[in-house]
Amino acid sequence: MSTYLKKLGISLAAAVAIFAALSLLISTSIINAYYTRILMTICINIILALSTNLIINYTGQLTLGHSAFMAIGAYSAAMFSLKGGLPFPLVLLLGSIVAGLFGFLIGLPTLRLKGDYLAVTTMGFCQIIVVAIQNIPALGGAQGLPGIPGKTTFAWVFFCMVLTILVLGHVVDSSQGRAMISVREDEIAAEAMGINTTRYKVMAFTIGAFFAGLAGGLFAFLMMFIEPTTFNYFKSIDLVIYVVLGGTGNFAGCITSTAILTMLPEVLRVVGDLRMVIYPLLLIVIMILRVKGFRFRKIWQFLTGLVTGKGGDSHAAA
Amino acid sequence: MRLVEFLQQLINGLSLGSVYALIALGYTMVYGIIGLINFAHADILMVGAFIGYFVATDFGFSFVPTLLIAMAGAGLAGVIIERVAYKPLRKAANISLLITAIGVSLLLENGFNWLFGGNPRTYPAGILAQKTIMFGPIRTDTLHLIILGTSLLLMILLQVVIYRTKIGKAMRATSTDKDAAALMGINVDTTISATFAIGSALAGAAGVLVSILYSSLDPYMGLQPGIKAFVAAVFGGIGLIPGAFAGGILLGLIETFVTAWNSQLSGAIAFVVLIIILIIKPSGLLGKNVSVKV
Repeated sequence: MSTYLKKLGISLAAAVAIFAALSLLISTSIINAYYTRILMTICINIILALSTNLIINYTGQLTLGHSAFMAIGAYSAAMFSLKGGLPFPLVLLLGSIVAGLFGFLIGLPTLRLKGDYLAVTTMGFCQIIVVAIQNIPALGGAQGLPGIPGKTTFAWVFFCMVLTILVLGHVVDSSQGRAMISVREDEIAAEAMGINTTRYKVMAFTIGAFFAGLAGGLFAFLMMFIEPTTFNYFKSIDLVIYVVLGGTGNFAGCITSTAILTMLPEVLRVVGDLRMVIYPLLLIVIMILRVKGFRFRKIWQFLTGLVTGKGGDSHAAA
Repeated sequence: MRLVEFLQQLINGLSLGSVYALIALGYTMVYGIIGLINFAHADILMVGAFIGYFVATDFGFSFVPTLLIAMAGAGLAGVIIERVAYKPLRKAANISLLITAIGVSLLLENGFNWLFGGNPRTYPAGILAQKTIMFGPIRTDTLHLIILGTSLLLMILLQVVIYRTKIGKAMRATSTDKDAAALMGINVDTTISATFAIGSALAGAAGVLVSILYSSLDPYMGLQPGIKAFVAAVFGGIGLIPGAFAGGILLGLIETFVTAWNSQLSGAIAFVVLIIILIIKPSGLLGKNVSVKV
């Protein structure tokens, strides 16, 4: 137990140190408002990617509708704040709980399906939720919902991201998490070992939906305006790209790939309109390179190796 | 709904459904042979529509040669995509292939947008004469009938190719068991390319038909019919050719009737029906429940 507390202490201390360094850079305007916004978007995307990671990479269930839970979190947090007048931390929590509840209700019937059938059904639910929001006037309909107070700060997104990493890290290390991995590896074998596969699939789905709802709430209070089409299945496909490029069953790769892929379109602005062509081209090239052994995790190992002064080793080890 | 109105909507639904079926066939054939949801299929449809548009406006070709050239161009595009982007990944995990397909899809959309601009274009008005035809009290037009006829003709041709020719036999064998087919002397690479060529050619034809039906084409036109055709393919049982046909026609009918009743809900209703069907019957309408043996 003491080593556990030590580990937790070290990771929290590292998080606080990174946060202090980044906020110093922001307050001295070395990172200007534009880059701060990109940084906050990266943190939100990491929360989304990790929650998708739990479902796709750890439990092995291909979902193409994860952005629906982000939409539910965003809209319910915004409504609790606008109509209920509740404080910001509480609406974030309530938004996440509502999203988790929807995750449970949608997961229960659909997770009986496998592979591509599950993919198309989740995509369908995503589309249904977007169309439903478009047709509810109280939620602003297709025109979107304006007037959300801009309460999301860098501290909020950063520590929500840290919280997500810690909680999901514990989930995958728990016995429930091991059960989820066994479902990914071989569903029949897992069932034969007495694991209730449906239960763990629904559990992963609900937890994933909860954190997607958290990201949605943060997103709504960052943008101050939300519209249903932001959350359609293209957003879900982006999430799938993040986690697949990150590699199976690890957090570091997922975080690195999300950060790189969120920044990439901004970096590519220098080439103007061509960036829309270069981005997918890079995506295809990376996928083909991956088959030949290229991993985002190696970049991460290289970077952390540089920090700890063991740059050469990690390459040799990989 | 009166009977006459019902029959009119039935014709509209059938012609829309037959176009969906044409697209769904490409999805299902590719899925059957390499187990990939080919996200780029919808964009091959767009490529076909653009090729047809250029030959129809620049050379003034009439409907039939335009359709044939669009089919040939789209088929070629499909083969090139398979050879360049998918073949190196054939042994990789399925999901890598899926992401590559999404990349190809974005590349085609954004590439065409960059090359030709995003403004909607229209086929020359004279390409298909729009005459109203009366069957007794039922009013319809030549456009819908020609689209229905063309789609049905192409689907019959596909059946002949798959069940009556050598390459069709090779395609069926490869989709049943790739390794066993290779041992029997079937060139698997050629067979997969042929599957992409045929599926993409059908999508190209559908592209020309869709852009005449909606009298508009642009680089992102493939998305809506593409996603619906994909739903149709899963609806009927993905990997099964009769399933794609039945799924497409049913989806077209459902969508037409729901739109006539409440046009706001048409974007979601296809999915509602799909989810209900899949929850009742998880392997699709015509799919068989395969029990996995350990």
